[in-house]
This record gives sequence, structure tokens and C-alpha cells, in this order.
Amino acid sequence: MTQLPQSTERKMGLVIDLDTCVGCHACVISCKGWNTENYGAPLSDQDAYGSNPSGTFLNRVHSYEVTPDEGHAQLIHFPKSCLHCEDAPCVTVCPTGASYKRVEDGIVLVNESDCIGCGLCAWSCPYGARELDQAEGVMKKCTLCVDRIYNENLPEVDRIPSCVRTCPAGARHFGDLGDPNSDVSKLVAEREGVDLMPEMGTKPVNKYLPPRPKDQIEDQIDILAPLLAPVAEEPKGFLGWLDKTLEKL
Amino acid sequence: MTIQQPQIDTSPKVSDEVRKTTCYMCACRCGINVHMKDGKVAYIEGNRDHPVNKGVLCAKGSAGIMQVNAPSRLRKPLRRVGPRGSGEFREIEWDEAISTAVGWLNELHETAPQKLAFFTGRDQSQSFTSFWAQNFGTPNYAAHGGFCSVNMAAGGIYTMGGAFWEFGQPDWDHTKLFMLFGVAEDHDSNPIKMGLGKIKARGARVIGVNPIRSGYNAVADDWVGITPGTDGLFILSLIHVLMKAGKIDLDYLSRYTNAPVLVNAAEGPENGLFLRDADGKPLVIDRTTGELTAFDKPGVRPDLSATYEKDGVTHRPVFHLMAEKYLSDANAPEAVAERCGIPASRIRAIAAEIARVAFDEAIELDHEWTDFRGETHSKMIGRPVSFHSMRGVSAHANGFQTCRALHVLQILLGTVEVPGGFRFKPPYPKPVEAHPTPHGDRRPGRPLNGPHLGFPRGPDDLLLDDDDNPIRIDKAFTWENPMSAHGLMHMVISNAAAGDPYKIDTLFMYMANMSWNSSMNTKGVMEMLTAKDDDGNYVIPNIIYSDAYSSEMVAYADLVLPDTTYLERHDCISLLDRPICEADAAADAIRWPVIEPDRDVRGFQSVLIELANRMNLPGFTNEDGSAKWKDYADYIVNHERRPGIGPLAGFRGPDGDKEGRGEVNPEQLNRYIDNGGFYVAHIPEGADYYKPWNTAYQDWAVGMGIYDSPQPYLFQLYSEPMRKFQLAAEGHGERQPPEHLRQRIKDTMDPLPIWYETDQQGNEGFTVNALTQRPMAMYHSWGTQNAWLRQLHGRNPLYVPTKLMREHGLQDGDWAKVSSPHGEITVPVMEMAALNENTVWTWNAIGKRKGAWALQEDAPEATKGFLLNHLIHELMPPKGDGMRWANSDPITGQAAWFDLKVKIEKADAPGDAESQPEFDPIKSPVGTGPKDLAWKVGK
Repeated sequence: MTQLPQSTERKMGLVIDLDTCVGCHACVISCKGWNTENYGAPLSDQDAYGSNPSGTFLNRVHSYEVTPDEGHAQLIHFPKSCLHCEDAPCVTVCPTGASYKRVEDGIVLVNESDCIGCGLCAWSCPYGARELDQAEGVMKKCTLCVDRIYNENLPEVDRIPSCVRTCPAGARHFGDLGDPNSDVSKLVAEREGVDLMPEMGTKPVNKYLPPRPKDQIEDQIDILAPLLAPVAEEPKGFLGWLDKTLEKL
Repeated sequence: MTIQQPQIDTSPKVSDEVRKTTCYMCACRCGINVHMKDGKVAYIEGNRDHPVNKGVLCAKGSAGIMQVNAPSRLRKPLRRVGPRGSGEFREIEWDEAISTAVGWLNELHETAPQKLAFFTGRDQSQSFTSFWAQNFGTPNYAAHGGFCSVNMAAGGIYTMGGAFWEFGQPDWDHTKLFMLFGVAEDHDSNPIKMGLGKIKARGARVIGVNPIRSGYNAVADDWVGITPGTDGLFILSLIHVLMKAGKIDLDYLSRYTNAPVLVNAAEGPENGLFLRDADGKPLVIDRTTGELTAFDKPGVRPDLSATYEKDGVTHRPVFHLMAEKYLSDANAPEAVAERCGIPASRIRAIAAEIARVAFDEAIELDHEWTDFRGETHSKMIGRPVSFHSMRGVSAHANGFQTCRALHVLQILLGTVEVPGGFRFKPPYPKPVEAHPTPHGDRRPGRPLNGPHLGFPRGPDDLLLDDDDNPIRIDKAFTWENPMSAHGLMHMVISNAAAGDPYKIDTLFMYMANMSWNSSMNTKGVMEMLTAKDDDGNYVIPNIIYSDAYSSEMVAYADLVLPDTTYLERHDCISLLDRPICEADAAADAIRWPVIEPDRDVRGFQSVLIELANRMNLPGFTNEDGSAKWKDYADYIVNHERRPGIGPLAGFRGPDGDKEGRGEVNPEQLNRYIDNGGFYVAHIPEGADYYKPWNTAYQDWAVGMGIYDSPQPYLFQLYSEPMRKFQLAAEGHGERQPPEHLRQRIKDTMDPLPIWYETDQQGNEGFTVNALTQRPMAMYHSWGTQNAWLRQLHGRNPLYVPTKLMREHGLQDGDWAKVSSPHGEITVPVMEMAALNENTVWTWNAIGKRKGAWALQEDAPEATKGFLLNHLIHELMPPKGDGMRWANSDPITGQAAWFDLKVKIEKADAPGDAESQPEFDPIKSPVGTGPKDLAWKVGK
């Protein structure tokens, strides 16, 4: 059993906009590329060209269909990675101390040299955000690109997680959710961002911005109808209107 | 355990070096930073400075590392040893490969150049490959536009001098309402996502029109799950409602469009043609003076309403004809609602919202500008409604007119080339008059008399010989599809196999998977490629194919020329071709070998130069007989299309300080590399909107070498070239269509946009629409060979709407037999609720043939994956008139992929639980990929 810090200096995390995510998987593959080449063991792939290809990913996009009582069915794209919980059960369950939450920024990491690949942390995570790498036998998870966000070898503008840097729709935001004045905190307040499965008591740092209401255009027709009042009922009348209007131009 | 936080290195070295080049994981052409470690590719990210992607990168782009290392890469030239289609080859040296090709080609060049059919698929070097074909002398050249989106491109050019995607884009920074019709995700890939992000961030509305609510449509605020093929009907109904309510921009229409141009209303050979002056300029009535005047005379205020009588003949303005046509109740929402599958109330609500945003939320920019009539405007008025559309609308047999209708809607609203609307990207706007006509003579040993592809202005520009037979093997520019501006690649193999209009000797193709996902009637095409005559010889005697990867088409070649991957080659994304400009800037880019091939492969364009040099092709040969260029890089730098204008616009002149026009600069490629692989020339403020009519833009474009003189023009709501084809069909002029095509030309080539039911005769009983979509993380067949991307989209069930699932007693994982008049497939199904209730669909090009792409034969793509292509024939079902009609748009020849209608029935799982039909495996020329991967190049 490993202890969590009582508090962290900052709460770095992601804000993911479900109203904007088009489900393109750009974040998934950018993450795979960076984290294969960088922190810890590469993210391996088994049966890469065969019948059941299966690799390690730190971030995946799921799609869910939602059918409201009235109106059209909707498709929600839902990117999911470690939420860097304040009460992270994956840390407290770790028998070797390999899983830990950093005091300075709250990032949950796995120290691969201490990881025995027992899988308890993956079992304890209610979000399914950890994956055991089959080649290396160690637990892999989102590092919030800890080797990018402070990296002095990168231009300052690039010191953000690779998934955020690459997201074409700008649906992913990175910052300190412990600071109520940060851009991400303001965005969460403005868009009424939510915790994922708050009932689990994990206090996730990452937040999701919910999709805006959809398919409302017909509800406005009473207001908009006057815009469509015909200038004339017959084509001849239309040409009369045309002449009058042209006079005014 | 107490906290003993490990020390970690948070500033590791990222790479030894960053090399900046252009992505080629799809057609979008983003800038990429390739991070190198120990001389190998370690990581790929977007280039923040690049005009296309500004730093972001999609899944395909980031997976490039798996593509340049894919086990499917071809390694060496191949000569076929087994029967065609078997995949049995022997590896040969390049000397033998080049000699073999020259042996086949040189005789054709000297005696019968039309017997070479050279078609280049998803080529990004068309200005070069067409130059090669032109100098070879064959009329038979095109790329893949005919089976992709020619309707969108040609519909846009004929209407307003440009279309969507490469031609222009919504004004993402100002638009307040964005309406998106069916889109292939890579047209444009990252820019649309970036644009949607901008719109969403400021809470503006997005309306998605698509039978399938996935991807962009999933985030749209309002989803219109339209019946496939009825987009034109829907758009014309919007036009009806907006016109009737007077919610159109009359000032814009009178100034910048041919709405006021006078049209001859008398019966006879001039009927429907424009009244013109002695210089050929269309005439309008000046509202101030009441006089007949050339449209572009300084100070003229064209009248939208006045008619003109001369010699007893009435001439009416185009706008009168439009009012007559579109105000008719046939276009009322109530009249179209059922066919479109959209309630009339919804059509009205959308029209009202468009009207509200266009007119009540109009914006003004304080940019002074002067129009081509000499009038100076103190402001730029914006109507912030914008549209985008690509293949979903194009790939129907009524697609050309539908694309025209969409452009006419934008123009009526006055929202093209204004703030918040649609904006052209240089070298567009470019009217039809600034484009070539098609060319296609046959002169052995000499170059073609002009560019192959172009925009016919009337029957005189058709490519018919003296006996009215098609000059081209694909029958482009004939009465069957007069405006086939991109050729008809999908008809080449079937016509060549049938010897109709004539036999060819060599079929030469580049990156086009024609024996699989890029053909209709896939099984039939395989049979055509392997068909033999009575003497046991192949009907198509020689097939040369170039590709970087072991695609299904490789097996059908007699000679395979292995291409490099995109990180191992020179390329130019040229203003002469399909450039990467932005609405605010002209831009072009290069690729350069950021790594050297570890195989015996060569860039295809350099191989073409070697072939040209061995044949001493004109255009490639100096007067003294020496070769002009040794390879493609040499061509990119030193070729001049016109004096001072070459493939690349940046860093020209001896000092590299000239842009657009300038002498050759031997250091040009190095300058591009130093600049991040691209060049941007910004359009000055004040020249950035109203480009077709803005003198500041026109002058800038001349300076850049985009035009040789200012080319202001009017948007063509009414298309006179189309009317000329109609007149011929009505019996006027020397060149007239054959009897069996007269009525169709009269019906379809209306000079004002119309909608017509696509030809579904013979399809009785097949009532369900069937579509494909391209996943955002895949580019046609390429994604499957990529170990990372295939984990995202390795399976493609048939998605079936809830209603049809219930009707047929289907559950997820069941199998269904799906049939069309042409064929049947048996495939796994999955329910999808967010789908038009009478439409099924699947992902495009996931299904693979066993043995291809270095996959193991039990890969799900080869066992469960399938193609809808087996259900689509290049010809329509017989109608009983003794003829077979092409499954194409009758105007452009665009392949009508999305007109497919099917029947579905529950089926037992096939015995081997594999999708049907199955084909014999092909022998892989590259073996299969490794079992496991743990990729890390840095130590």
C-alpha cells in the first residue's frame, strides 16, 4: 500500500470538450508516438499485422450512441486517459510503491523499475485507464507528458502534452485545475464541466465539458417565421417587389 | 509505504535534429516536424508555422512512422513470372526495369502514342505527370478526379471560378453559421477540424447535412439526416424560400454575377445565349442610364430587372429566368420534404436561420477596396453564412447540378468572397475562361497539342475524331459526359478490355488500387485485367504499375516500379497543380528525403524523367539531344512553365528574393528546407476579400504570376456553356449529339441548376441506400498496413439503422446478405441509431484481399472486412433499350458511387465465418509483417 500526498502544489490535468471532439483519434496516435519514443518502455503492439492486433495505448477514444426520448439519436466521442485523481485508488493499491502521485503537480506516474506488473492498479482504477504492456510486463498510463511539460529542450509553447498539442479541433486543454484563475478552471466554470463518475469518490483532476443541446433549430421557428414572409405570392408580384427594391439600392 | 518520490528527468533530449517536410498520409498536405535520432525517424508532429495545419496533426500524420517502416513497402523492381493476379514475381535490377518499360513505350511514342493509357491515381504531382504524358503524345492521361470529386471541382469552376477545399474555405474567423454537406474527411482534414474548433469556441452554429451522424456531423448543433442524392432538391427548396422572402443580396447579384446579363429569348440557334457586344462582352442594361452596356464598363449599375428588345427579339436578364424557375411551387418545402426525408418545417427553420444570420448579423470590415468598374468602397460587407461540401454531394449522377445549386445558394446570399462567407485560395478565383480547353490529337513522335484536361465551352471543344468517335480511351469529353474535366479513370480498364473505342497496348498506372477498392465492379475488373484473347495473349498486353506498397493492384502488373515513401523523396506541392494556399496567402511546399531509402526503390517522378530521357521525349530534351533534367529535384528547380514561372513560387531569382515570377534559383530547394519546407506569400490587406472583382487582388495575382493580366469576371449563375450543349441537342449547330443522347442532354444540361432523380431503372426492389465513409484515421487503402491505425479501424461491419434491424430481425453480430442488381455480399451487421432510417453504410477500404499489404491471411480486414464495390457496376442495369448506360453523372462522368441501392436480408453466417465473396490469396511479394512491435529508435 502506497500513500498519496495529502495535497499537491498544483493540480495539472486535462479539460476535454465533448461538444467539439470529432472522434478523429489524433490524440490517441500522437500519444502513442511520443510515449513509445519517450518515458519508460515503448508502447508495444502484439500481433501487429495479424488476426488480433492489440497494443498498449495511454489514451483511447470511445464512441457512444445516445438516443434521447425525443429527437434524433446522437453520437458522442469520448476520449479517455488517466484522470490523475486526487484520491487515486491505483496508487494506494500498489504493493511496491511503483505507482505514485507527484507532490509538485499531482501527476500520477508509474516508476517502471519498481513495477512488478501485478495489475492491481488497473483492477482498482474505475476508469480502465491503465494498460499492462505485454512486451515489457510493466504498467503503462498517461504521464501527462511529464517529459514534455517541463522540457527545456522544447520551445516553451510546446511544453504541453502531445495530445493537446496535436488536437486539430482544439478540444483538449491543459493547465492547473487547482488554480481557480487558470484558463482551464475558467473554462470549466463557464461550460459547467463535470467529473467523470464522481460517485466513485476518486476526485479526478481531469474535467469533461458536456455537449451543448442539439437539434433545436425548429424550436426557434416562431421567432424566425417573420423573416420568411413572402414579398409576393406570385412571380409577377416578385418582379414588382424587385423593381421597388432596386430603386432603393 | 511513505512517499519516496523518484527523481525523473523531465528535460530529456527530444531529438538530434528536426527535419521539416510535408505529410502524405492523406491528401491534406500538412507541414510536419520529423524528429530524428541516430539518423532514424523518432517522432512526427505538426509544424506550427505551416499554413495548412498550424501545428496540429491528425492520427494519420502522427502514425507516419509506422508507414515509412511498414513491412508492406516494396523493395525492388519486379517482373511478373506467374499468371497475372497471382502475385508471382522475380526481383529485377532497375536497368532491366527501365529497359523493359522503354522497350514497350518507345515504339508507342513513335508510332501510336494513344496506345499508352497513363493514369495516376492519388497523385500529388499532376502538373508534372501530365507534362510527361503530354510530351509522350498520348491523349490518354488523367488522375483520379473522375471517380472522386470532379462534380464539386467542375461545378465550382463553371459557376464561380473555384470550388471548396483546395479552391477555397469558409472564413473561419468570422463565420457565424456553418453548413456542412457530406464530406470525405481528408478534403480538408485538419483545416475543417480546426475551423470547427474555432466556430465552436465562439458558440456559432454548425448544421450538418449527412445521412450518417458521425464525425463532423456528430458535433453539429443540428443534424439533417437527408436521403442520399436529394441534396439538390433540399438546396433548391432553400433557394425558393429565401428568394420568395426577398432574403437575397440584390446589390451583390447586380454587381458581381451574371444575374443582370441579357439572354436571348427567341426560338432558334441563339436561344438562351447571352447578348454580347462586338468584343464578345456580355451586355446588361445600366440602371442609371437605361442604356445597353458592356457588363464591366466603368460606373455601370447593372439592372436585374430590365428587358431589352432588338429586331423583334426580347432579351431577358438571367434573374428573370431564375425567378420563374425557383419561385415555382415545385420547389416549396412541402413539395420536397418527403423525398428529402426532411420535414418542411425543418427546411423553413433552416432557411430562416440562414436569412437571419446573413442579413441581421451582417458584419463590416473597415477595409477600403476598389472594384473592377473603378468604384471605391469604404467597407467590406460580410454575410457570415458559410458552406462546405465534398464527395457526399459529388458522387451522385445528379452531383454536378447539385454542386451548382449549392454555389448558387451561396451567391444569392451574397456570401462568396466576403467576410464571414466562403473565400477563395490563390490561384483561385479563376474563371472558366482562364482554364484550358481539353486537348487530344494523335501525332506520333510529337507532343500533344495542349493540356489533356480542361473545361469545354461548348460542343466545339469535345474530343471527338472526324467520325465522331471518342479520342480518349475513357471517352472523356464526348456527348456521354461533355464536361468530364478530370477524365474518367474508372472507365479506363473496362474500355481497354472491351477495345472500345479502341485497343491499347500498355496500361501505366501510379498509386491507384484499381483491382480492389478504387474500382466499381471489383471482380469484373480483375477479370478484365486477366482476360486473354483467342491466341492466349492478354487483352491488355502490358501493365506497368508504380506504388510504394504491396497493394492489391501490384499483383496485376507485368512490371512493378517500386516508389519511395513520402519521407524518402522530393516532391513539390505546386501552384501549377493542387496547391496548399490559404484564403489570405499563396503557399506552396516541398518534400525532400529526410531519410534515405533502405531498399532498392526510386521516386516515381524521377523514374518518369529517366524514361523520358531514354526516349528523348520532346520537352525533356535539349536541342543538342541532351537531357534537360536528371531527376525530379532538378526538374522542380529548373523547369519553367512560362518564363520566370516554375513549379515553386518562392525564393526565385539569383538571390532568392523574388516570389511568383523570377529566374531559376539553383539554391531554391535548400531555401525551402531552411524555411520549414514551404513558402507563403501573403495577400495584402484590402486585397483579401472580393478577389474576383478587387483590383488590388487582381494586381497582386498578376505580380505573383497567377494571371498574366487582370481577370475580373462575373459569377455564372446561368452557365452559357451548358446552354450550348443543350442547343446542340435541340438540333442547332454543326456538331450535334447522337439521337440516343439528345433527350438526356436537353434534360440534364439546364443552364440553371436543377435537380433530377438519378437513373435507377432496373433497380426495382432495391430500396435501401448504401454508402461508404472514410474513417478520419485512414486514407483509402493505406491505413490498414499501419500497425497503429489498423488498431483503430480494423473492422467494418455494415451499419444498419434501428428500423431496418427490427424489420429484418437482425442483431449486432448477425450476418446479412446485401444485394444490388449487380451482385451480392454477405457481411456482419451492427445497429446504428444516428442514421437515416433507410440508409446502410460501412467504412471505405478497410476490407483487404488476402496476401496484400503484408498482412497475415487471417487478419480481420481480409476475413471479416468487405467492400461495397462488389455491388456497384460501372454500367447501369439494362433498361431494355439495347444499350448499357454508364453509372456516372451525364454531365461530367463523375462515378456515381453513392447512387447505390440495395436489398438486405438476414443470412446464416458463412461456413468459414468470413465475409463473402472471398477471393484466392495473392502471393505477397514482400512476405508478411513481424508478430510484435516495440518501437523505439533512441537509446
